[in-house]
Amino acid sequence: MPKFVDLWIYLSATPLFGLTATLMVYVLVQAAYSRLDQAAWANPVLWSVVVLACLLTLTGEDYQTYFSGAQFIHFLLGPAVVALAWPLWERRTALLMHWRTLLLAALVGGTAASSSALALGWALGLPHDVVLSLAPKSVTTPVAMGIADKIGGIPALTAVFTVITGMVGALSGNALMGWIKVPKTAHGWMAQGFAFGTAAHGIGAACALENDADAGAYAGLALGLQAVLASLLIPLLFWLF
Amino acid sequence: MQSLGELLSRGLSLPIPGPVIGMLLLLLALRWQTVRLPVASCASYLLSHLSLLFVPVGVGVMTHLGLLAHYGLRMLVVIVLSTWAGLAATALVVRYARSAHDA
Repeated sequence: MPKFVDLWIYLSATPLFGLTATLMVYVLVQAAYSRLDQAAWANPVLWSVVVLACLLTLTGEDYQTYFSGAQFIHFLLGPAVVALAWPLWERRTALLMHWRTLLLAALVGGTAASSSALALGWALGLPHDVVLSLAPKSVTTPVAMGIADKIGGIPALTAVFTVITGMVGALSGNALMGWIKVPKTAHGWMAQGFAFGTAAHGIGAACALENDADAGAYAGLALGLQAVLASLLIPLLFWLF
Repeated sequence: MQSLGELLSRGLSLPIPGPVIGMLLLLLALRWQTVRLPVASCASYLLSHLSLLFVPVGVGVMTHLGLLAHYGLRMLVVIVLSTWAGLAATALVVRYARSAHDA
């Protein structure tokens, strides 16, 4: 197929390649994900990354060339975080009603997730920049990467840690909630949803939403709150010590 | 509107990621009806494709494969245990604070 090869060479030489490949792989993986009833292990971010990394390795493209195209998608992460203001605004009544409880829970939960990651990372002898990349992993990916960048971690590594964190939360969260006996009542759903959003960000929130609509709403709220608290507190703490 | 918030916040060199400041600014601006209408459709659209936006950076992990091969298992242990710690701590605080509130 000489024509196909020519086309391929042309495409790989332009930034268009990274963009087109990302979009196509994502659409395919997303289709597979909905066919599999959105099972947690079929997470579209994970599989898009796996497929694209294999594709780049097989075609011998380097990451810099790929990213010169894919950066157009990457750029949208910033505005997407800004857009998180919208779901927060929609839930402002619940937020104002329970703000003391939720703020305390977000602080305690976020601190527990992040400090246990730091302590375990150091205890297991991981390199310094890897440990720093672990600290913000419970926050939604774009914010976590921003934090990692600020405190001297590796943003790309944080992105992967964050996605794995979300999947761990979604896969094992329900069993854990049963084990610590969180009841399936209105308050129970609130506790569960808020925990999923705090410790397992967007992927956890999606899982909470499948359990119960209120749990999903509180998870979305927790995710936004955690993004704000973590990006204020984590760099501040590292700056102080 | 969002890019305005973004630009505004990038300009201030605070130890907070720029987009988060943008989010707080937008949250304040949402008080006004004129802001709310265009933001609602745009924000929901952007957030419904949130997963796609993580992909380019995620692929960046291929440049750190050496690190992953060397420390992969230990990293996984840290991630699993600290995620459980975060989940349990948050759920327990909400549950006890709520039951204390009701009592």
